[in-house]
Amino acid sequence: MPVAQAQALVPDLHVMDADPEGESKSLLELAKWAIRFSPVVALDSPDGIWIDIAGVEHLFGGEEALLKTLIARLESNGIRACAAIADVPGAAWAVARYGKGGIIPPGRAVDAVSCLPVQALRLSPPTIGAMHRLGVERIGQLAAMPRAPMVRRFGREASLRLDQALGHAAEPISPIIPDETTVATCIFADPIARLEDLKLVVRQLSEEVCRTLVKKGQGVRRLDIVFRRVDEKGAALRAGTARATRDHAHLAKLFDDRLETIDPGFGIEEVVLIASRTEPLDATQIVACGLDEAEEEADISRLVDRLTARVGVDRVYRLAPVETLVPERMAAKVPALSPPARSAWPDGLPRPTRLLDPPEGIITTALLPDYPPAAFIWRRVRYKVIKADGPERITSEWWLGDQHRTIRDYYRLETDKGARFWVFRDAPLSEGGRWWMHGFFA
Amino acid sequence: MRASREVIEDLRRRIDRFHGGSPSRKSLPFGIAPIDRHLPAKGLALGALHEVIEHGPAAEFAGTATLFTAGILARLKGPVLWCLTRRDLFAPGLMQVGLHPNRVIFVETHRDADVLPLIEEGLHEKGLGAVVGEVTKLGLTASRRLQLAAEASGVTALLIRRWWTLAQKDLTHLPTAALTRWRITPAVSESMPADGLGRARWQVGLMRCRGAEPCSWIVEACDAQGRLALPSDLAHGPHPAQVRKPAAG
Repeated sequence: MPVAQAQALVPDLHVMDADPEGESKSLLELAKWAIRFSPVVALDSPDGIWIDIAGVEHLFGGEEALLKTLIARLESNGIRACAAIADVPGAAWAVARYGKGGIIPPGRAVDAVSCLPVQALRLSPPTIGAMHRLGVERIGQLAAMPRAPMVRRFGREASLRLDQALGHAAEPISPIIPDETTVATCIFADPIARLEDLKLVVRQLSEEVCRTLVKKGQGVRRLDIVFRRVDEKGAALRAGTARATRDHAHLAKLFDDRLETIDPGFGIEEVVLIASRTEPLDATQIVACGLDEAEEEADISRLVDRLTARVGVDRVYRLAPVETLVPERMAAKVPALSPPARSAWPDGLPRPTRLLDPPEGIITTALLPDYPPAAFIWRRVRYKVIKADGPERITSEWWLGDQHRTIRDYYRLETDKGARFWVFRDAPLSEGGRWWMHGFFA
Repeated sequence: MRASREVIEDLRRRIDRFHGGSPSRKSLPFGIAPIDRHLPAKGLALGALHEVIEHGPAAEFAGTATLFTAGILARLKGPVLWCLTRRDLFAPGLMQVGLHPNRVIFVETHRDADVLPLIEEGLHEKGLGAVVGEVTKLGLTASRRLQLAAEASGVTALLIRRWWTLAQKDLTHLPTAALTRWRITPAVSESMPADGLGRARWQVGLMRCRGAEPCSWIVEACDAQGRLALPSDLAHGPHPAQVRKPAAG
């Protein structure tokens, strides 16, 4: 449609010159940004980005959480994006653009794409025109056709794209690596497959990366490793460090356990180690061993790195005090290496070591209405109380207002066997307060 | 006589070496003379594997065992790694026995099988004060591996055994390679002159120990520095007035 015609249709039309160069540049920037999610990020010009998330999704709490984070972060930067996760790039491409997006479960690519239009196959317009002329609208229709006549009619391209979308043909994606990144590559004349060999290669590459980083005065915060198999399939691993480091032995160790998860197939012919995030790290004085008998200072950051590589970043943490009196909210997870908390929980108040969350209802009997229980039944067992201490009233914060107000009267009870329990009543008895078991003491 | 004593000492040392323990092993005294005297290392051996099992009405929550463990940690130096499988630990409770939350790094998994590798990873890190693991299933081979890792690095491992079903509870009776196995049972505390609760009391049972007989003591629970104490009314034997003298004649 010519511009003049469009302006006639829409009076206030804003016209801009197309800027393919600028667009591809900003797409490249976006792809570089996406490296934070996975080491293998490739451009899909003009309007897409591939991200190979195999082996890294657990660092973000699973595929679903990763997808949500990705879209939310793009949106907060003013970019509306559709995303899909699938076994094969072709299926993800089709579902992200022509389907609803989201996650396609493993092995279900065929179901997901068969109802999509044939445009979702990345075919040239003449081929699509030819398909439409013959009444082939959906991918499922195309897949149901006998293969040989289909190739004769629409060409090899159609067959290849169909196989790529259905997962029958491999589709290598070549990751972009920003120029300034420190990279170490190792290409083998003969493909390797043994775990020991892989470990050795990773050690050598990390030495090489660290040598380069020494010259640059930088330390690694995130390290990616990409394996390229003989059959052009790739696999990637990622490890983060809590503090910038140039210790090659430590860096190599971060991958040691997870190298087992790499399926070498018929062999790996290229290994690339990428220091994808670095931070300035000045040279430090090496302490000579054995000169003084000072106790070995624990380097917790390395332990945290190794644990994080095993279980993911949100499962290694410290607990810091939160200014509240409600027991369930008293502790907050903070990163393991965050500076020590200044405030602390009020000491002097007896608190249990184990909390029952949520509290469980108990049936009590008391001598007088406002007395602590003389006996209670919890989980169908009756306990006789011989000593009690309380009440200690705990209310929610005043600034939360009356809506979420909780008032609890906590009692410590000791049974005739010596076990100590933390129970509470959520309201005075006259207002129908009930008793709850909440924690266990010594 | 002296010669034979030397021979026996030498034999003891050799037997110790067979067990993998070195005679110069560092230890953390409990500060309670009867317990420290009874243990071969004159306290809780450091750089070794110890098991803590709770026994009592709410034993599956291991509140008492946790406090006993935290009391030991509070008296050790250095950061602590705590491997969790459940989210029922209440950190403010640990502070009461002197274990500050800034010293503890938690790592959490959902599957029991994943905890043991994390404990081992922690035991390889010299400079940690101790590693605490909450485990249900602990085989002989796995515990031997942890024990060796603890010996190599000198980091103490304390395993709180947890269970949720009776079948899992039976697992805690199986032998492991741990140096000691403790069973903590809440005991009735001293009666106070007024209403209220005094210092808790535990029955601390040494169920298994390499080089010592099983034994059991009643102690007062950890104080704000993590120290146990002997109950004052039990420390010096029964009250003289209550000792019956045999009738004359």
